Amino acid sequence: MSSAIELHINGQLLRVTPGTSVAAALYLAGDGSSRTAVGGQRRAPLCGMGICQECRVTIDGQRRLACQTPCTAGMQVESQP
Amino acid sequence: MKRDVDLLILGAGPAGMAAAVAASASGQRIALVDDNPATGGQIWRAGAQAPRYPAAENLRAQLAAAKNVECFTATRVIAQTGAHELLLENPLHSWRIGYTQLILCTGAREVLLPFPGWTLPGVTGAGGLQALIKGGVPVRGERVVVAGSGPLLLASAASAKAAGARIECIAEQASLASLAAFALQLPRWPGKLRQAIELFDRHYQPHSHVVEALGDGRVQAVRIRRGSRLVEIPCDRLACGFGLRANTELAQTLGCAIEAQAVVVDNLQRTSLAGHFAAGECTGIGGNELAQVEGAIAGFAAVGLLAEAQALTARRRHWQRFADLLKRHFALDPELKSLPTADTVLCRCEDVPYGAVAQQASWRQAKLHSRCGMGACQGRVCGTAAEVLLGWPTPTLRAPFVPARVDSLLHAAALSSAAPTAVE
Repeated sequence: MSSAIELHINGQLLRVTPGTSVAAALYLAGDGSSRTAVGGQRRAPLCGMGICQECRVTIDGQRRLACQTPCTAGMQVESQP
Repeated sequence: MKRDVDLLILGAGPAGMAAAVAASASGQRIALVDDNPATGGQIWRAGAQAPRYPAAENLRAQLAAAKNVECFTATRVIAQTGAHELLLENPLHSWRIGYTQLILCTGAREVLLPFPGWTLPGVTGAGGLQALIKGGVPVRGERVVVAGSGPLLLASAASAKAAGARIECIAEQASLASLAAFALQLPRWPGKLRQAIELFDRHYQPHSHVVEALGDGRVQAVRIRRGSRLVEIPCDRLACGFGLRANTELAQTLGCAIEAQAVVVDNLQRTSLAGHFAAGECTGIGGNELAQVEGAIAGFAAVGLLAEAQALTARRRHWQRFADLLKRHFALDPELKSLPTADTVLCRCEDVPYGAVAQQASWRQAKLHSRCGMGACQGRVCGTAAEVLLGWPTPTLRAPFVPARVDSLLHAAALSSAAPTAVE
């Protein structure tokens, strides 16, 4: 078994096992929510398979889908508006 | 940058992997593209908490051994940039790919229908929850309600249970009579019968559907209608999906004929467009066994191995009959059309309420007046819901087919100014 991966979710350090998705990391680091909707409510991953776009977050400055992105070492993930 | 291949396969699930393996014997240059970070599609999804799938491991090993097959994961199709040419994007680059022949194995997505409270965090698709769990979403000790329709409900509940969740209820909208008739046919597919027995859960409730998800900032309970009774069940998660919908948009946009929400194919998996094949769920929902057979037929046929392709037709017929059975017995109850109220959000990208859309005459009118379907998912969720709830056909895609980076779009724009007919 390879060792844990360290990344940051909204500035908070998190260690995860390899193969963990960023969507899972959002739950492990907080309430699992990924974005704020037009109407102001928080939203969280819905379809889990890259269709609904609800899990879009900023990873190292790029907009990515949390459900289709595995965690890698040193990633900076932002889920705040 | 541009690359050329003999055969391009879009989608690396059971159909796409089987197609690539079948075609690889020809020695042709083959590219296999998928937007997920690994091959396997949804059913054989890899991840921190994903089980091992022997069939997938076997296909992966054959693909790794085939030197003429290149896999491009985490790669999306952004636009059509010419005849037999597409623009692809991965997290680092974008490039054009030219192909002589194409096999569309674009799979299916869950039908997600709106109901009050469905935008609350903690509400996911049924297959959605299963996919999230495979990626490592923790559910240990959580109370989970699974709802909607289809065999995926039991599979999703089993994944949640295996990950330590407590199943409170599995609400299946189909009637007991319909489910019983389905079960009576299952012995014709012994593997499926075994699977059904393994997955069965005492919380399974026929003729039941979700009415509302309740909670403050997160789902805390769900209201379920069981026949004529309403029950309220406290829970930490609601996983709700109403069956699957073929991903036909790309095929439709390229010009392939679509009928009954599926890509039309002949006995060799050829679409109506020359040089373009389709296999798996995008040609009709049938499960991974049917997808693998169809993928192999398409792969063989695309490289001219017609005898090998034709040898598989009996097996395809066997699994097609199972697909027909599923369709018949899990058909959605028209009563589900009353799930959303006028103020239920239909379009989650633009926060458009159902009432603002339902009063319009068509999807196009609704888009123009309300912005529904014009957000990041491009109507893949709300357009499919409108198809079920209002009977509106979903329109063809316009480039970019999915949200893309500006530099990828500049790439396409530069091409279109050089060759005015290249981009839609």
